[in-house]
Amino acid sequence: MILFITLVLSLVIFTVALLAVSTKTLTTSVIAAGAVSLFASLLYVILRAPDVAMTEAAISSGLMTALFFIILSRIGRKNDD
Amino acid sequence: MIRKFFILIILLAFSIILTGIITEYVSPEALGTAASYYAEKGPGEMGATNLVTSVLITYRGLDTLGEVTVLFLVASILGFYLNVQKSNKNSTCSPLLHTASRLIFPFIFLTGIYIIINGHITPGGGFQGGAFIASAFLLVLLAGLGKDKSTGLFSILESLSGLVYVLVGLAGIIFAGGFLDTRILPLGESGKLLSAGAIPVISILIGIKVGAELSSMIVKLSYNGQGN
Amino acid sequence: MATITLITGSMLIIIGFYAILVKDNLIKMIIGFSLANTGLHIIMVSLGFLKNRTAPILDPQQTELNLLNNILDPVPQALVLTAIVIGFAVTALLLVVALKLHDKYQTLSIQKMWEEK
Repeated sequence: MILFITLVLSLVIFTVALLAVSTKTLTTSVIAAGAVSLFASLLYVILRAPDVAMTEAAISSGLMTALFFIILSRIGRKNDD
Repeated sequence: MIRKFFILIILLAFSIILTGIITEYVSPEALGTAASYYAEKGPGEMGATNLVTSVLITYRGLDTLGEVTVLFLVASILGFYLNVQKSNKNSTCSPLLHTASRLIFPFIFLTGIYIIINGHITPGGGFQGGAFIASAFLLVLLAGLGKDKSTGLFSILESLSGLVYVLVGLAGIIFAGGFLDTRILPLGESGKLLSAGAIPVISILIGIKVGAELSSMIVKLSYNGQGN
Repeated sequence: MATITLITGSMLIIIGFYAILVKDNLIKMIIGFSLANTGLHIIMVSLGFLKNRTAPILDPQQTELNLLNNILDPVPQALVLTAIVIGFAVTALLLVVALKLHDKYQTLSIQKMWEEK
C-alpha cells in the first residue's frame, strides 16, 4: 500500500515538474513549482522525516511562492516566455 | 547547433552520474558509525527527546551558527540593494480578507511560538517556527494592514538575537565542555518542557532571528519603488 | 522503497538543469534552480532511510530504550534542514538580481539583453 502511494506521488511530481518548465505563462509555472514542493513534503512524511516535511512545506511551498508572486507583480506580466 | 550539442552532453553526463548512484545503492542494514554514537549516547547526554534537534543544535551546532550567519548576510544584502519607500496607496483589498486576517493572525502567531518552544520534545524547532511566524506576517501584509510600519524593529530583534546566540555559545566554554555545549543549564527530566539544558533557549533565539529575518525580507521586497 | 524516491529526485535534478540551460526567460531559469534544489534534498533524505525502522523521535514514557535497532539515521535530516533554508535565501538573492536587470534592460529575455548590450 505504501509502495503504491509512493509510486503515484512520484508520477505526479514528475508530471507537475514538466508542466512547470514547459508552460508559456509565468503564473502557471510558479504555481506548479509550489505544487512540486507540496508533494515533496508528503514524500518526506512517507520517508519518516517529520522535521524536514514541516520545513519544506512552510518555506518552499509557502514563502517561496509568495516571493515569486511579489516579484512578478513588480515586473508587470507583459514578459511571458 | 554547437550550443545544443554541449547542452546534450552536460545533461547526459548528469544522467550517467545519477544512474550510477541509483544502481549501486544497497539498502543498509544497520546504522553507520556516527549515527550509532548519536543513537546510543544522545538522549543520555543531552536529555532531549527529539534527536534531530539535539543533533542540529549541539552535535553539529557550528553548522547551524554558519547558517544563521548566511541568512543574516542575505538579509543585509537585500537591505542594501533595495531602498524602502513608503507608499501612500489606500488598501484596496476586499473586506473579507481584511477582517479574516485580523482574526486569524494571533492564532498563527501562537502556533508558531508553540512549535518553537516545544522543539526539543516533538518535531519542530527554531527554523520551522520562524517560518510560521513569517507566514503570519505575510498574511498581514497581503491584507494591507501593516502598511505604515517600518522595518526598524525587525532589524533590532534580529541583531540582538544573533548576538545573544554567540554569547550563549561562549558561555559554554566557561561553564561546560566547549563552544555551544548546552549543558550549562541543568538537564532535568526528559520529556518535560524545562529540560535538555540550553536547547530550548537556543531554539527560541533561532526562532526569533529567522522569523524577523524572513519577515523583513518580504516587507522590503514589497514596499519598494512605485506602486504596491 | 528508497529506490523509487531516488529516481524521483534524479528526475527533478535533470528537469531543473534542463530549465536552467535551455530556457530564455530569467524567471524560468530561477524556477529550474529551485526545482533542482528540491530534487537534491529528496535524494539526501532517502539515502538515510532504513527499512522497518521509525523516525528519530523518542517516546518519553518508554523505559527500555533500544535505540540502536529502532531508529533511522538522523544526520541527513539535520543537514537537509539547513540546506532548505539556505536554498530559499539564495533564490531570494537571484530574484533581486533579476529585478535589477529588468529595471535596466526593460526585458526578461536573455537573447534581447545580449543584443541590446
